[in-house]
Amino acid sequence: MANRDSIMTKPKDSKGAFMRLLSYLGAFKALILLVAVLCLISNVLSLWGPTLAGSAINEAAAGINKVNFEKVAYYAVRMLAVYVSSSLITILIHMIMVNVSKRVGRKMRQDVFDKLMRLPVGFFDRNQAGDIISRVSYDVDVISTCMATDVVAILTSVVTVAGALIMMVRISPVLSLVTLVTVPASIVFTAHMRKKTQPRFVKRSRSYGAMNGFVEEQLSGQKTIQAYAYEDQIDEKYEDINHQAAEAYYDADSLAATIGPTIGFINNIGLSLITLLGSVLYMNGAIGLGNISSFVLYSRKFSGPINEVANIINELFSALAAAERVFGLLDQPEELKDAEGARTLTDVEGNVALNKVSFGYDPDRTIIHDLSMRADAGKLTAIVGPTGAGKTTIINLLMRFYDVDSGSVAVDGQDVRELTRRSLRSAYAMVLQDTWVFRGTIFDNIAYGKENATMDEVVAAAKAAHIHPFIMRLPEGYQTVISEDGGNISKGQKQLLTIARAMLYTSNMLILDEATSNVDTSTEREIQRAMRKLMTGRTCFVIAHRLSTIRNADNILVVNQGDVVEQGTHDELMQARGFYYRLYRAQFE
Amino acid sequence: MKFLWKYLKKYQWMILLGMGLKLAGTLTELLIPYVMEHLLDHVVPQKETVPVLLWGGAMILLACVVRFLNVTANRKAVWIAKESIFTIRRDLFHSALNLSGGQTDEIGLPSLISRMTSDTYNVQNFIRAAQTLGIRAPIMLIGGVVITLTMDTGLALILCIMAPIMIGLVVFISFKGIPLYDMVQRGMDDIVRIMRENISGIRVVKALSKEPFEMRRFGGANDTTSRRDIKASIIMALPGPVVTLFLNIGLTLIVFIGAKRVNAGVTQPGVILAFLTYFNMILMGVMGLNRVFLMLSKANASAARIAEATEQQEDLAVLPAEEGATTEREGYIVFDHVTFSYAGDGGNGQQNAAAFAGSSRQQCLKDVDFTIRKGGSLGIIGATGSGKTTIINLLMRFYDPGEGHVFIDGQDVRTMDRDALRRRFGTVFQNDTIFASSIRENVVFGRNVDEERLQEALGDAMAADFVNRYEDGADHMAAIHGGNFSGGQKQRLLIARAVAAKPEILILDDSSSALDYRTDAELRKAISSRYAGTTLIVIAQRVSSIMNLDEIIVLDEGEMIGKGTHEELMRECPVYREIQQTQMGEVE
Repeated sequence: MANRDSIMTKPKDSKGAFMRLLSYLGAFKALILLVAVLCLISNVLSLWGPTLAGSAINEAAAGINKVNFEKVAYYAVRMLAVYVSSSLITILIHMIMVNVSKRVGRKMRQDVFDKLMRLPVGFFDRNQAGDIISRVSYDVDVISTCMATDVVAILTSVVTVAGALIMMVRISPVLSLVTLVTVPASIVFTAHMRKKTQPRFVKRSRSYGAMNGFVEEQLSGQKTIQAYAYEDQIDEKYEDINHQAAEAYYDADSLAATIGPTIGFINNIGLSLITLLGSVLYMNGAIGLGNISSFVLYSRKFSGPINEVANIINELFSALAAAERVFGLLDQPEELKDAEGARTLTDVEGNVALNKVSFGYDPDRTIIHDLSMRADAGKLTAIVGPTGAGKTTIINLLMRFYDVDSGSVAVDGQDVRELTRRSLRSAYAMVLQDTWVFRGTIFDNIAYGKENATMDEVVAAAKAAHIHPFIMRLPEGYQTVISEDGGNISKGQKQLLTIARAMLYTSNMLILDEATSNVDTSTEREIQRAMRKLMTGRTCFVIAHRLSTIRNADNILVVNQGDVVEQGTHDELMQARGFYYRLYRAQFE
Repeated sequence: MKFLWKYLKKYQWMILLGMGLKLAGTLTELLIPYVMEHLLDHVVPQKETVPVLLWGGAMILLACVVRFLNVTANRKAVWIAKESIFTIRRDLFHSALNLSGGQTDEIGLPSLISRMTSDTYNVQNFIRAAQTLGIRAPIMLIGGVVITLTMDTGLALILCIMAPIMIGLVVFISFKGIPLYDMVQRGMDDIVRIMRENISGIRVVKALSKEPFEMRRFGGANDTTSRRDIKASIIMALPGPVVTLFLNIGLTLIVFIGAKRVNAGVTQPGVILAFLTYFNMILMGVMGLNRVFLMLSKANASAARIAEATEQQEDLAVLPAEEGATTEREGYIVFDHVTFSYAGDGGNGQQNAAAFAGSSRQQCLKDVDFTIRKGGSLGIIGATGSGKTTIINLLMRFYDPGEGHVFIDGQDVRTMDRDALRRRFGTVFQNDTIFASSIRENVVFGRNVDEERLQEALGDAMAADFVNRYEDGADHMAAIHGGNFSGGQKQRLLIARAVAAKPEILILDDSSSALDYRTDAELRKAISSRYAGTTLIVIAQRVSSIMNLDEIIVLDEGEMIGKGTHEELMRECPVYREIQQTQMGEVE
């Protein structure tokens, strides 16, 4: 399993990432356009304000006792109006951009999650939960923060820069030539730095992902680590990983930190050139001093936004790297789509047949060879065998978590590959070896498999699973919230809850994967009684070590080293005196 | 902030140097326009080429100096952010790893994880920005104010009235933002939690075709968080425009009042013009400060969350030897009338703590009393939730008993160094963890176990067969949470880990549930023959797993309802007999 591709090794495509980021913004085209217009207006206003102030001052400049206060008041009132509306527009721009960027973030998170739901289960066996989570929390956060502030900054800059350039050309086309040096220099430099820093930012994102994966794993196993007094060595291991992440951050960001000052430098050089060139022109009488002053003023307006963008360019770069990681996950191959014209499995009788099935998790290593078996409606199939023999593999194939390499699995005579996954899976109820509960009330946990389950149904299921008395002893009964890893209830109780969950699920086929191994025997006996009721008329597949289950089975599959080595009833297998016989006798030694 | 300063203090000179450089850089940058003005106003009119070139050269030189200073300062800031966040993460991880069971339950694993990831990221951003933007902005602000004050104190007074209002506003809103960001981070915890739940339960989710439901559930948390984030971000975006508005109102006032003063002959029109320029500078400063405050409130919320985790009091301190209880009783392990409840009778500040891995809040131990001799063995059997695992939790001191005492080798466990105490044990818990590293690392687990011993341990745990079938043997990598092993293989590796360091006490908590009878039987044989000197405690559901042990206790709702050998219990304990009959009765 482990040697199939993992998301850590996806090739990178940063240009594609940029275009896809833009496509996320596409959904907000209208709003972005609005922001652009608003930016334009606020820019015009911000240029108009000082002009009004200038006019007011000109009025005031009339001198002692000659100031026309009516005129001054006229301009002052207009100034106020301009400033108030400009502030309102700015607030509006921020509100829109915050909404857009956070919604893009939300959309991306949702997309990633939805994607996870469509990935084959094998994906989760290969990738660390922490790394996947890191993409949703850290990477998406980087992207949306960047959008909230940087897109506005860039939009504002474009307008200001364009406006200033027009003014500059109008004042002195010759002096404007200086921008022909500075602007391309800035662009070339930034492009060059982007190329240089991009791999470092990708590395930075990746090492953060690796670090988060490690953290998640170790904290999940915290109790074991404490039990073996292994904390200090884990600390040391983390020290390495933490160090790598810190260095990756420093590598990327310290290099990117030179961009801002360098662009500033280019602009300052530009300013010097303008001054020098202007002086030369002045000395030749080609330009007036006043014109040089105002040209300089505009050229500062021109370079200011460029400086600002250069200062946040590293945020843009890290956002791009983060986007690559998010898209890398979104590009993972999904669980195969249901076949064209796949049928919905309805009115399941529960006749399951495996026909010459071969399968291996690793395509090069077949573990199930040529297995054929039948489980007719209402029959009980037990799967037994030594540990690690591949019993859960059969379940994986029945539920179509994996597809067979050759041969076929059929339900009611229909090849499962021609059925929709949803209808196939909902034809089974199952209780798995690794019991699973989520943070929510006991009620929600039990009712999980059945939409709109009533309280009565849930209580009945809990009673059937013999967990009702325990639930009633909890402070809030069925409304008690149990925590994420089920840490506040024991493994046995979790198992009972999942049994109750399965009890509620009305399906014609049942899968029990070592389902009762953690329940004490006296409870188990009662569960078995209830289970037997549940199993009546259903096709059941049970991975069990309990004698009672095995002995009652209509068919026993004996699995060893991945392959089914024997099948038959208990009596038949005992008579055969083969592998099963030895397995069975072993418990009395 | 106090918390952050603890980490930054170490670099205070470095920070001071970096800030000094940034200061110098910013001031030098402000010099460039002055030089330019001087050049244009005084040098150029003389129409001499050499001075013009000299002054022009000075500008270029200044530009170089500015670049050097700013680059150096920025790099210093990045360096300090890197170093300090490295230490913060290390300490946070260390604390998280060492939290007691109750503390972990209280904070919650998903929250711990998001503290390690998104909170440290916020703090890192702040540390960095505070050193660069945090300098530039105040300089512009203060510089602007000082210059205007020297130009016309009367007019500048308007500014002096506005300034406190504006600063007050920025600070007020920023502090409003902290609890909002705290809410955002909490929403993040939920997102992380739901993702973890789905990743670990993916098979169940898919089996029940609950993908659409889970998408909606995630969508709910995602929407809530994003709504909170939008709210927080919008509120935090307010100070900028509002402050700008105030400043501009001030400016209008200055123009108007300035006109009056000009009229009265108190001031010059040029001064008003200059105010215009410097107001712009002040404005830039205020905006910059606003950005710093924005990051500050984010970082403050995050720092508080980090601090909460790192500054947890050590829950179960080691008592000085003289404060420990003593016992006259013989025996290597002595449970002396122990009573315990997770609800807080333990009196160790665990009042709110739900239980740690495998125990319910309700269950407790009542007057549990037993001894095991050195090299002896004990079996514990009983219904789900009867307190079997709790005994282990107390023995290994994940919790302290409420009443009674636990002794190992005659010593109160509360007086023993925790690592030394735990090194005596080899334990397999219920639902124990296989880490994503090699089989070797999983078994050796950082202890002094050589290759020969490793192979022995794998053999004793009945794991050698399947491990050696891998081409790379013990170097074979385990997938995340041991996903590439079956339940039984995992349990065998865990047992190998438990026995590898030849522990004095071996604890197997329901660790053969995924093993078939045959492997289980062989395992028992191997342990009793190869680890005769090891004290053994086995918690099991199957009578066959414990029937040959020296002594067996039967637990029911925390009480011992039977104690003795298999034969004695078969005679005297009806519950035990019943269990035995259910399991073996059907076999002739």
